[in-house]
Amino acid sequence: MPDYRKDDIEHYVAPLEETPLQATDKVAEDVQPLSLWAEAWRNLRRQPLFIVSALLILLIIVVALFPGLFTQTAPNANCQLANSDGGPAPGHPLGFTVQGCDVYARLIYGTQASLTVGIFATLGALLVGGLLGATAGFYGGWLDSVIARIGDVFFALPLILGAIIIMQLPFFRENRNVWTVVITLVVFGWPQVARITRGAVISVRNADFVTAARSLGVSRAAALVRHVIPNSLAPVIVVATVNLGIFIVAEATLSFLGIGLPPDVMSWGNDISAAQVSLRSNPSTLLWPAAALSVTVLSFIMLGDALRDALDPKARKR
Amino acid sequence: MAWYIFRRFLQMIPVFFGATFMVYFLVFSLPGDPIQALFGDRAVSPAVAAQLREQYNLDEPFLVQYFLYLKNLVTFNLGNDFSGRPVAEVLAQVFPVTIRLAVLALVFEAVFGIIFGVIAGLRKGKFFDGTILVASLVVIAIPIFVLGFVLQFLVGVKLGWAKPTVGAEAGWSDLLLPAMVLGLVSLAYVIRLTRTSIIENMNADYVRTATAKGLSRPRVVVVHILRNSMIPVVTFLGADLGALMGGAIVTEGIFNVPGVGQRLYQSVLRGEGPTIVSIVSVLILVYILANLAVDVLYAWLDPRIRYA
Repeated sequence: MPDYRKDDIEHYVAPLEETPLQATDKVAEDVQPLSLWAEAWRNLRRQPLFIVSALLILLIIVVALFPGLFTQTAPNANCQLANSDGGPAPGHPLGFTVQGCDVYARLIYGTQASLTVGIFATLGALLVGGLLGATAGFYGGWLDSVIARIGDVFFALPLILGAIIIMQLPFFRENRNVWTVVITLVVFGWPQVARITRGAVISVRNADFVTAARSLGVSRAAALVRHVIPNSLAPVIVVATVNLGIFIVAEATLSFLGIGLPPDVMSWGNDISAAQVSLRSNPSTLLWPAAALSVTVLSFIMLGDALRDALDPKARKR
Repeated sequence: MAWYIFRRFLQMIPVFFGATFMVYFLVFSLPGDPIQALFGDRAVSPAVAAQLREQYNLDEPFLVQYFLYLKNLVTFNLGNDFSGRPVAEVLAQVFPVTIRLAVLALVFEAVFGIIFGVIAGLRKGKFFDGTILVASLVVIAIPIFVLGFVLQFLVGVKLGWAKPTVGAEAGWSDLLLPAMVLGLVSLAYVIRLTRTSIIENMNADYVRTATAKGLSRPRVVVVHILRNSMIPVVTFLGADLGALMGGAIVTEGIFNVPGVGQRLYQSVLRGEGPTIVSIVSVLILVYILANLAVDVLYAWLDPRIRYA
């Protein structure tokens, strides 16, 4: 006779707290239920993670749009070699770079390039990957296989590796600017978005509520627009938000290797790259742009996490 | 099972050809004339140039070049780089270094990632879990070259615990610090993946059943929760092996590791077609084979996949 302990048995027989009957009774049946997005927004507003990351991102966007609001110093005008690697001075709170430029002003003005690359690379990857992924998921069959294999080809080449080779092409080498970096990141970033979109569309396409809508007389096209697309958007938005951060890091890495943005464009990646020569004598010139970069990336990753929690009702319970 | 492996194998063939073709195409249209680059600013006699062009198949149309290259690849006749050294010899020199580096990084991230992830997952919401979550987020957000510089400076220069730069011989112990830097970001992903997976499976019905059968807690955790939670983690680790080898360029640059990444970067700058394509082809092969291994492991861990 095994030794049954009373509390063990009780715990596994009746997990009543998971299905509170009173709560079921309280549901007001005559009130229109909130849409997925309205419910997500209601959940988001209550998350400290979302509030913090959203405020940070708002601040970063304002800095990128109006850098003049945050510093009086022109980032490149008053660079004097006499100040090379100087410490903080009045009006120059973070000190000077190797070239004697103001670290703080360059930090503020560098926001624009990093953010532009991140946002447009994300939009491009969303457009290409979302379109191809949705097509593959919705139509299936041979089209799905072809798109999946093409995606695999790009997956087989690591981002930095592929980017190094692409950035050496004549067109890219001669027109090195924000947009060529964006194109490079999109070329290697879309397969991931396509995979996620494809999976989301397939899982929603066969979901019961789509079948229900169809059997209520909703046309195929209307079901696609009204039900399939909005409900498969959630994981795609989450991935896009996290990717934005990763693209910013990738831009900095390419600039660091000397094949990203040209040196005359002010960006955090270029500043970090330029600061590596004086790392041991004056680490702050490297650490400040690195910190700005990390806080930006962190904000986008946190936003992605908050969105995931808000948009996935199943994950919320845990 | 054999049929499943065979099918996966077939699916990988077009990926290999597609990827090598893409790289060959990109490299073929690299700027500059490699023969002229070989001679620097001196004039090349037309006869020598023609002879070199013929030797490297540079005078053939692009598609013919690609197929000649594939033929040579299959027969392991990789040709010479532009300084006359056999490419196979270059590969034999640089790949062992990067394989050591990537394997160390993979072991580092797998061991610590799974341990930390399991502890965090089992103690969800506690102090350790919170600390690990925040720390892993911060690590993901910091670019790898900043991590590399800071750790090189702190551990290598200030504390003197490791050699700040590696140099020519690159033994296992020299590569410990670079491997940690290389694996740090993936470590954060492994921790988060393991944690999420553990939490997901802790509420599963089969765990409740196992506990109700009277199995001990360690047995439930190791045999039931852990085995089922490893599926996404194994996938990530497998795909990461290829990414680690191809992504080692930055780490190898910082720590002066004479591996694949450094060699590749120099070859791209020099426009040295045969070397670039050979190195990238091998990297793609590693990536594809690692993914195949993952798929096999996957089917072994989760029998449902085999029959799907």
